Amino acid sequence: MKTPWDKPFEYLKVIGTPVENRSGIFPVSAVKKVFLEVYLLSLFTIHFFKEVVRPPYNFNELIKQSYLIGYKSLSLVGITAFIMGVVLTIQTRPTLTEVGAGAWLPAMVAVSIIREIGPAITALLCAGRVGSGIGSELAIMKTTEQIDAMKLAGINPFKFVVVTRILAASLMIPLLVIFADAASLYGSYLAVSMKGDISFHLYCLQVFQKLTFTDVLPAFIKTFFFGFAIGLIGCYQGYNAEEGNRGIGKAANSAVVIASFMIFVLDIVAVQITGLFI
Amino acid sequence: MRTNTTNKTLLESAPDNGQPGDSVLEIEHLRKSFGNNYVLKDITLRVAKGENLVVLGKSGTGKTVLIKCMVGLIAPDEGRVMVLGKHIFDLDEEELNTLRVKIGFLFQGGALYDSMTVKENLEFLLRRQLRTRSGAATQSMVEEALYSVGLADAIDKMPSALSVSMRKRVGLARTLILRPAIMFYDEPTSGLDPITSREISRLIMEVQEKYNTSSVIVTHDIECARITANRILIIHNGMCAAEGSYSELVNSADKLVRSFFEQ
Repeated sequence: MKTPWDKPFEYLKVIGTPVENRSGIFPVSAVKKVFLEVYLLSLFTIHFFKEVVRPPYNFNELIKQSYLIGYKSLSLVGITAFIMGVVLTIQTRPTLTEVGAGAWLPAMVAVSIIREIGPAITALLCAGRVGSGIGSELAIMKTTEQIDAMKLAGINPFKFVVVTRILAASLMIPLLVIFADAASLYGSYLAVSMKGDISFHLYCLQVFQKLTFTDVLPAFIKTFFFGFAIGLIGCYQGYNAEEGNRGIGKAANSAVVIASFMIFVLDIVAVQITGLFI
Repeated sequence: MRTNTTNKTLLESAPDNGQPGDSVLEIEHLRKSFGNNYVLKDITLRVAKGENLVVLGKSGTGKTVLIKCMVGLIAPDEGRVMVLGKHIFDLDEEELNTLRVKIGFLFQGGALYDSMTVKENLEFLLRRQLRTRSGAATQSMVEEALYSVGLADAIDKMPSALSVSMRKRVGLARTLILRPAIMFYDEPTSGLDPITSREISRLIMEVQEKYNTSSVIVTHDIECARITANRILIIHNGMCAAEGSYSELVNSADKLVRSFFEQ
């Protein structure tokens, strides 16, 4: 029995698109290739949602991937976010001071970080680290026949390799964003306190007095979609990579580029949707 | 020894290698192409229980495609593949997974899961297939499998720390741990020096004797074929070109057959 993902080109033949395979044996225009990739990614996504609800559930592998994606990214995300908090505060201070709104500095930086800077920077960092890691790892597994070995062992490789990684990314990226926001705010506090005598308690009061539900919740929700996109694109590129070193490199590179682009697209969609309700 | 000089499929009137119903693998009129590249044009073969069949052919003749069709990894364009009495491409997912437990496959590079240690590679299969949770039971089976391939000391090593030969041995241990009824070897001696190649070939024979498996070995290594084969099938231009024992083929008058065995 073949799943739809095993024979996607059967569907293509039904709708009349004469494409043989992705490696370009038959010449395909660039526009057609884009539509083809969107179609295949859609099939991949649908197959993910079918497999994620079907047992058996690979909890051990999910925990392992969550550790690799979440815990192993903490230092990179934390340091980068801390620096962003410091830089943002230092860059914003002169303008606010000029207009006599220097007291608003902690609140304004905090809103920027929570709403946009934290989620976007964290997601872009993870697109590079996690996305390329997943893409190259799966491409290597395909090249070294580990995927085939799983099939012959009676293990569903899509469930074991793809579903776990996408779920782990979807769960860990939001947590990383929370950590990044905290690191950023602490960096901002240090930058604020460099120029003036402000206690951490006072800084937090100024920050949380101005933060509202509409600042926090939409930003947090969109991070799940960022994580999903990073995991999905990384897995798609790696699972369908051409075999060989060239395919591995291409999978890693494509995972980063496409995931980064998707993050911006999702961000603008999130902003528009948020604007409808708020 | 039989040669195919008329481009007809071989073995149409081949002598039985066992009683009817004793075959573990039957392939009839298998065809596979990739675009305009017709890799397998018409393959028919049968493997009897307890037999080692070596599929010999030059590089690029479709041996790996053939062996992957045998285990259902690649779907042929036409033809029938029966493994242990089941039509492999007519099975649903659950039936296919049940059948695959009885099949062992040694990949060319071993295909070890490189994020797991040797022990975890072997335990992974046991826990998945046998649903066993007893640590002592799995430990015992893992140690026995590694001992049978001479790598008991490598139990806690990562695949990256193993040589090519060691990875193949661990890959072999991983397939043997479930006691398969039929083993498939994809170029088991590729990338190895002659001495290590002979060791792997002898190990294949030991495995067959110890576990009473049948085997299909795809290779271009003549020495491996000499050591392991009960019967050799030569593939040329996507078709079965000749079939017989090693001694029959070595003494063949056919020019194509002789070209494989010339020093």
